[in-house]
Amino acid sequence: MDIAWTALALSLKVAAWATALNLLLGIGTGYLLARARFPGRDLLDALLTLPMVMPPTVLGYYLLVLLGRRGTLGIWLQEHFGINLIFTWQGAVIASTVVAFPLVFKPARAAFEAVDGQLEQAARVLGISEMGIFFRVTLPLAWRGILAGVLLGFVRALGEFGATLMVAGSIPGKTQTLSVAVYEAVQAGQDDAANMLVLITSAVCIVVLLAAGRLAPGRIVHK
Amino acid sequence: MLLKTLATFLSAALLATAASSALAGEVVVSAAASLTNAFKDAAQSYEAQYPGSKVSLNFAASGVLLQQIVKGAPVDVFASADQETMDAAQKQGLVLAADRHDFVGNSLVLIVPHDSKLDIKRLDDLAQKNVTRVAIANPASVPVGRYSEGALKKVNLWDSVQPKAISTQNVRQSLDYVARGEVDAGFVYGTDAAIVKDKVKVVLEIPLDTPVTYPIATIKGSANAAEAKRFVSYLQTAQAQAILAKYGFKKP
Repeated sequence: MDIAWTALALSLKVAAWATALNLLLGIGTGYLLARARFPGRDLLDALLTLPMVMPPTVLGYYLLVLLGRRGTLGIWLQEHFGINLIFTWQGAVIASTVVAFPLVFKPARAAFEAVDGQLEQAARVLGISEMGIFFRVTLPLAWRGILAGVLLGFVRALGEFGATLMVAGSIPGKTQTLSVAVYEAVQAGQDDAANMLVLITSAVCIVVLLAAGRLAPGRIVHK
Repeated sequence: MLLKTLATFLSAALLATAASSALAGEVVVSAAASLTNAFKDAAQSYEAQYPGSKVSLNFAASGVLLQQIVKGAPVDVFASADQETMDAAQKQGLVLAADRHDFVGNSLVLIVPHDSKLDIKRLDDLAQKNVTRVAIANPASVPVGRYSEGALKKVNLWDSVQPKAISTQNVRQSLDYVARGEVDAGFVYGTDAAIVKDKVKVVLEIPLDTPVTYPIATIKGSANAAEAKRFVSYLQTAQAQAILAKYGFKKP
């Protein structure tokens, strides 16, 4: 059962990192697309949403080709920083981040768009800096919507399989996440291990979904 | 209006599926991943020879195919890349033992990317410090992984190579990682290496105590038993053997 707990710990680590990255990226792009008007905004929105509709295997292939030893970005990272992402847990983080990104970005954009502009205007009149307005007015008002997306992104990252397997492989203790461990156990006919793994995965996902449900915008009583 | 269109579309799609699944003379063949190219070719010539017949091919690691059959997948013919997997199928009463026979043989080779700068010529070389990643299929479900593990254990190298192992789902994934240069070396079959000659280099053919032989058998309770038998015996014909030999498969 050691494998199950190692895989759970790794999955949580990968999902936590991916979620932290998506929190920053999702808020940044969500705010940008909610507020800024520029040509190609719809196209950018579509591109950023793409990972949600594209098969994870396609994303995994893109990442493998891009970050691999012969990929443009892979060669650059290797030469300048000595970083190699393929077959590492950091590679799994990248894969999970990309796959879960739209789930964080979309709600973040909607949450920012739902913020009442008059409240920001009032803060501006009172002499608060733009930075101050963002952190003290806009972000707190949009926070619940953002958080619900972040939790969904976390569960998605936790369950990521296709892209992760292609980019990070399946090295026990190093890159073998819960979902990959389930796949390996089923393929090898180890039903006991598979049962244990799917129960753990289901339990973790239910807990996170319950938490996300409590934070959903619909639960806010007074607006 | 939209709903009606949708309903029409859905019922048409359903009818199409129903019609295709009712197709007579369809044989579902689960074959080891290493047989991919050769079986596609052989199935085509089989279909040409028996008009109206249809061969559906399902490729994966032999261990994976076995698990699918164990769980009740509607398969008619099973071709495994090792005896162990077929033994397991026979022991569980899944295949017709009387039909079982070996139909091809293969070799285990060590390959490196074509532009590799590392000096890898023997198994010992894998223990070198500058060799960091070696693609080895997962021994739990993939025959080539077991052959590789056995070969390395025999010369007491498993413990030093295993930490460098990039575990793959089937032999073709190992082949792909080597061809892309993502790993320094990999274990595949001779027939796999021959498919991407321009991208990988065979540095060693590994001698094995038990040679690689592929058993084939029909599945017990197959819905198309007669068709299944016909396909299995077709693989014995000179024509089919010539196709298999073209891809580098040896006589068992």
